[in-house]
Amino acid sequence: MTTLAVPAARFTDLLAAEWIKLRSLRSTYWAFGCGALAVVGFNANAARADYVNFPHYGGPIRESFLYWALRDAFTEGAAMILVLTCAGIGAITIVGEYATGLVRTTFTAVPDRRALMAAKVVVLTAVMTAFGAIVAGASYAVSQAILDGRGLGVPISHPGAWRVVAASALLAPVCALVGMGMGALIRHSATTMVLTTGVLLLLPSFVTERYHWTACVRNALPFNAWVRLVDVGYGHEPFTLVEKYPTTVAGGWVVFAVWAGVAAVVAVVAVDRRDV
Amino acid sequence: MIEVEQLTKRYGSTTAVRDLSFTVRPGHVTGFLGPNGAGKTTTLRMLLGLVEPSGGTAMVSGRSFRRHPRGLRHVGALLDAHDVHGGLSARAHLQALARSNRIPKGRVDEVLAEVGLTGSAARRRVRTFSLGMKQRLGIAVALLGDPPVLMFDEPLNGLDPEGVLWVRGLFRRLAYEGRTVFVSSHLMSEMENTADELIVIGRGELIAAESLVQFAARGTAPTVTVRSPDAGALAVVLAAEGAVVTPYDEVALKVDGLDAVRVGELAHQHRVPLWELATRTASLETAFMELTADSVEYVAGEPR
Repeated sequence: MTTLAVPAARFTDLLAAEWIKLRSLRSTYWAFGCGALAVVGFNANAARADYVNFPHYGGPIRESFLYWALRDAFTEGAAMILVLTCAGIGAITIVGEYATGLVRTTFTAVPDRRALMAAKVVVLTAVMTAFGAIVAGASYAVSQAILDGRGLGVPISHPGAWRVVAASALLAPVCALVGMGMGALIRHSATTMVLTTGVLLLLPSFVTERYHWTACVRNALPFNAWVRLVDVGYGHEPFTLVEKYPTTVAGGWVVFAVWAGVAAVVAVVAVDRRDV
Repeated sequence: MIEVEQLTKRYGSTTAVRDLSFTVRPGHVTGFLGPNGAGKTTTLRMLLGLVEPSGGTAMVSGRSFRRHPRGLRHVGALLDAHDVHGGLSARAHLQALARSNRIPKGRVDEVLAEVGLTGSAARRRVRTFSLGMKQRLGIAVALLGDPPVLMFDEPLNGLDPEGVLWVRGLFRRLAYEGRTVFVSSHLMSEMENTADELIVIGRGELIAAESLVQFAARGTAPTVTVRSPDAGALAVVLAAEGAVVTPYDEVALKVDGLDAVRVGELAHQHRVPLWELATRTASLETAFMELTADSVEYVAGEPR
């Protein structure tokens, strides 16, 4: 019997293995392709509508149209599609393994489950950040190019414009990690998707800012953090509503970071402990 | 080498495995037998660190398997042929696993060739595979790291006769190479031509751990069948030697209490011509059924 020499275990091997799995699945391309088209299409359509309607807009809107142009760069509808797509992809990376039974084969090959899950977290974060950057960048470019037809496009160098792109791009990895964390806890496809959608998309509309504590919950949700981050005119633009309990840009970034961090830790720990 | 000691697994009030101890030595194909629900799969999962034991230890090569950061070079396992993502091709599945354990790419093609999944089959998505092809892929995964210990859970399910022959030859070769080969099954007939050592469990408890030969001897004592044109005379001779002779028909006799050697000698001494002389061992299946009769979890046909 000639047993191969056992080389030291390297984390980069796990990253490469996860990458092979992701890029070998046909469904990956469909999910990313359809998600990107829908998001960019939604934003382009918002810009087109403003382009068409601009002649009918009154003075106040025309004066502050800069903020409208920046809102067209990434609309709430597009953000919802992005959240749904990314949470779904994040959830499927782990639930897919449990549902097919592949997880047992994977854990037999890599008994160090923490390292394995950490690799999944890193690959998912990297891929989703790239995806987010592409759709947010493309949305900005397309929407402003359309508005440029009336000379209304906002250059990316404008104060706050980068924040619209960055916050929208980072919404992708944040929601993907939340999906993965929920998937690791629930391990069942349909239940994971229902609960993840509930937390990321439904909860923001159910929780009011009537009381201090509900406002705290509201402001701590990733979707609301995104809404605040892309609101370049927050506080000084006539058409934005400033809430009773105002929030800050820094607070928005913190919400993003905490959700992503906690979800990543949950994914690693939950999977490490339980029988499969 | 696999060492299981006082291994126990409880799920709530049910005990799947109770105080199980056995050793599986290298250089043999060891069959792991038991009726459905006996705890075979749970035991294998505990050996692979997939399921945490409630008590006792399950060691592979002197270590708990989960202590290894990477597993494929230590243990090759096929638990369930369906444990694979249907959307991946056979090659992509193996490539990802090989990469995670830093196994050279060339090894993927080697094992694919070894199990007979070459050409277009390697590129097809696993979803389109038959059970037999999935078993072959699972065996390829187990072989990937060239490990000293191999475990297979019901590997013959879904294989065609050619596949069964191939698997048996493969197991024997792996054992001959000095590896530990541990194969579970709920059918004794599958083990009869595959294993030389047996671990038998029922309702999570050990029933027997011995060689196939010893196990076979547990069944009813062997009988001798003899056919002769002069069966009547032979019956008298054999009865005089103390055998219990039961005639099947005019020319054939069933002989209890004498072995074939003695029957042959007596026939020769008394110049009785023989047409046939054969030993009938009680089938292993019968021995297995008798032994596990008390521990069958699901009995069909009669109320319990």
